[in-house]
Amino acid sequence: MTSQEIQDTLKSKFGDAVLESKLDAQQPWIKIATNKAKSIGFFLRDEPSLQFDFMSCLSGVDYNDGSLGIVYHLYSMVHKHKIVLKASCTKDNPHIQSVSDVWGTANWHEREAFDMFGIYFDEHPDLRRILCPDDYPGFPLRKDFKVPEFYNGMKVPY
Amino acid sequence: MIDSKVLPTDYVTQPGRFRTSTGKTLKTDEMIINMGPQHPSTHGVLRLEIVVDGEIVVDVIPHIGYLHRCFEKHAEHMTNYQQVIPYADRMDYLASMNNDWGFALAVERLMKIEVPPRVEYIRVIMAELQRIASHLIAVGTFGIDMGAFTPFLWCFRDREHILDLFEMTCGARLLYNYIWVGGVSHDLPALFVEKAKDFCKYFKPNIVELNNLLTYNEIFVKRTANVGVLPKDVAVNFACSGPMLRGSGISWDLRRDDPYGVYDKFEWEVQIGKGEMGQVGDVWDRYIVKVREMEQSVKIIEQALAAIPEGNVMSAIPKRIRPDHGEIYVRTESPRGELGFYIISDGSTSPYRVKARAPAFVNLSVLPEIAQGCMIADLVAIVGSTDIVLGEVDR
Amino acid sequence: MGLLDYKFESSNVFITSLENLLNWARLSSLFQMQFGLACCAIEMMAASASNFDIMRFGVIPRATPRQTDVMIVAGTVTLKMASRIKRLYDQMAEPRYVISMGSCSNCGGPYWEHGYHVLKGVDRVIPVDVYVPGCPPRPEALLEGIMKLQEKVRKESMSKKAHKA
Repeated sequence: MTSQEIQDTLKSKFGDAVLESKLDAQQPWIKIATNKAKSIGFFLRDEPSLQFDFMSCLSGVDYNDGSLGIVYHLYSMVHKHKIVLKASCTKDNPHIQSVSDVWGTANWHEREAFDMFGIYFDEHPDLRRILCPDDYPGFPLRKDFKVPEFYNGMKVPY
Repeated sequence: MIDSKVLPTDYVTQPGRFRTSTGKTLKTDEMIINMGPQHPSTHGVLRLEIVVDGEIVVDVIPHIGYLHRCFEKHAEHMTNYQQVIPYADRMDYLASMNNDWGFALAVERLMKIEVPPRVEYIRVIMAELQRIASHLIAVGTFGIDMGAFTPFLWCFRDREHILDLFEMTCGARLLYNYIWVGGVSHDLPALFVEKAKDFCKYFKPNIVELNNLLTYNEIFVKRTANVGVLPKDVAVNFACSGPMLRGSGISWDLRRDDPYGVYDKFEWEVQIGKGEMGQVGDVWDRYIVKVREMEQSVKIIEQALAAIPEGNVMSAIPKRIRPDHGEIYVRTESPRGELGFYIISDGSTSPYRVKARAPAFVNLSVLPEIAQGCMIADLVAIVGSTDIVLGEVDR
Repeated sequence: MGLLDYKFESSNVFITSLENLLNWARLSSLFQMQFGLACCAIEMMAASASNFDIMRFGVIPRATPRQTDVMIVAGTVTLKMASRIKRLYDQMAEPRYVISMGSCSNCGGPYWEHGYHVLKGVDRVIPVDVYVPGCPPRPEALLEGIMKLQEKVRKESMSKKAHKA
């Protein structure tokens, strides 16, 4: 299926949850609403014509204009087509619905996005930091992050 | 003879109830045991919190992050895309050539650069040699985890030959910084093709020797068959890739199914696990996929060496690479699975965001699903078969 | 081996001081704690494999810190791992030595500038005896580091150590 057909199928089922899209980019992407991520995920995985059963990657991004985003890269091993989904939220209210029930791999990826960017995933089974220590101050990959001077008595900068 | 298709005995299915010789049952308590960051069998700094009932594992919670080296932050601050390549090397330090190629390919596809044909052949030869070296370490250290010390020494001896070839080309033994965006850093030296052909001839009987020693050894088979079975649907749902996925019987290899480079010009086969010694998707299947992949890599290298064209090794790109606004996700097949790089460029000479999708990170997340009901010694086998490299898991 | 052969060439008796004997015994059998963190661990494993063979120096890897003399910190030390390294160092019995292998544990290595989670040198948490530079150091460089540590042990004296404590 082409990305235009995928977008039409999504729009026909979810209507206004599909916000904007850029289908002429090198890798076409579709933006979705943050509170419908799980139901869109189930539809993409289970619908026979789409069957996106393989989630390649889930990354967090800091767009440096007060918003944080998540980018989902999905692939279908049955039909061999790909799509990119995006969802974004503001820094003041960083909440996105979790898709870890849809694809099991999203569990750890979302924990990493929470650790690095501070995005809270609603309905995630176990949202805690995964790479940095549990009491680390701040969210490291945000653009306005300042390296702490001392951590537990150890000097951090060179 | 080895009796195959042995199913686990019934004590595994009833945790918490152990029968004494008179038939009375004993109710036991669960313990939480720490298989800490420093452990000879965890292949690096991995911490496993194991909830055990006697010797049987009820739950496993992996804790990672002890080697988090801030790759993505460094990539954002480097002043040039080429400067990110040494950091990408150090992510999966057992497969540096594949990491370099993954990143270089992502930037080249973003900028739509074509590389000279000689570069494509050199990259394939280096990547396949690196795949053999990485699988040799995986097999050797897996043997040590199972208690067999000799395969470790033999595998490292063979790996030294490969490292000699790499050192001849770019001067480094482990972390090469060789495959750059647009080409490779040095041309192959004069004796490389001959020495690589000698290596292929030397290595083929060594795989047979390894099979005779370890693969069909009765103790090894008893320890690895029917252990840690990964079903197909769980594997795809958890996005496993590489030998983990192929060991479960799914024929999926990015070199054939999402092609890059000149892999389509060579004849080779994708190896999958068929359940020869136990169920499909057990630890033995994942191990035999790695051994057979080494044979296929030797085949690819011989074909590439015979067909390598002349030419220059760097395409004409500026020293300071400046891609347009855009983003791309490119994936390649590293020895551990699907290595993906998601790069967002904002038009300047340094990347805006680089996300590395590490195969070992994703493969490790399936551990709690497949390790329930096994014994602690089986857990060591399962972690060893996952073939994790903590530099990649933690980035 | 060479030391003993030389001494036994002329006669069957050799006279030495207790200090020399103890120091020679300690440096010829430095048990190492298997503590590979990152890429340098692979070069350490290659050093203990057959091509470079660290065991001929008497260095045998042991899994537990309580039975070891030397801890070779091979690889990057992160903030999360630093408290565990301190605990492992405390669990070693004296006389204990530390070799810092590779540029990451010497001074932070390539991650010195923007590493928010990297400890810039393991000597910020434990005392180090020998620094082996390289990224990663070749196995021969690690062997030279062990030999330098052996020189250091050879020159130790029991009376000076008592004064230090």
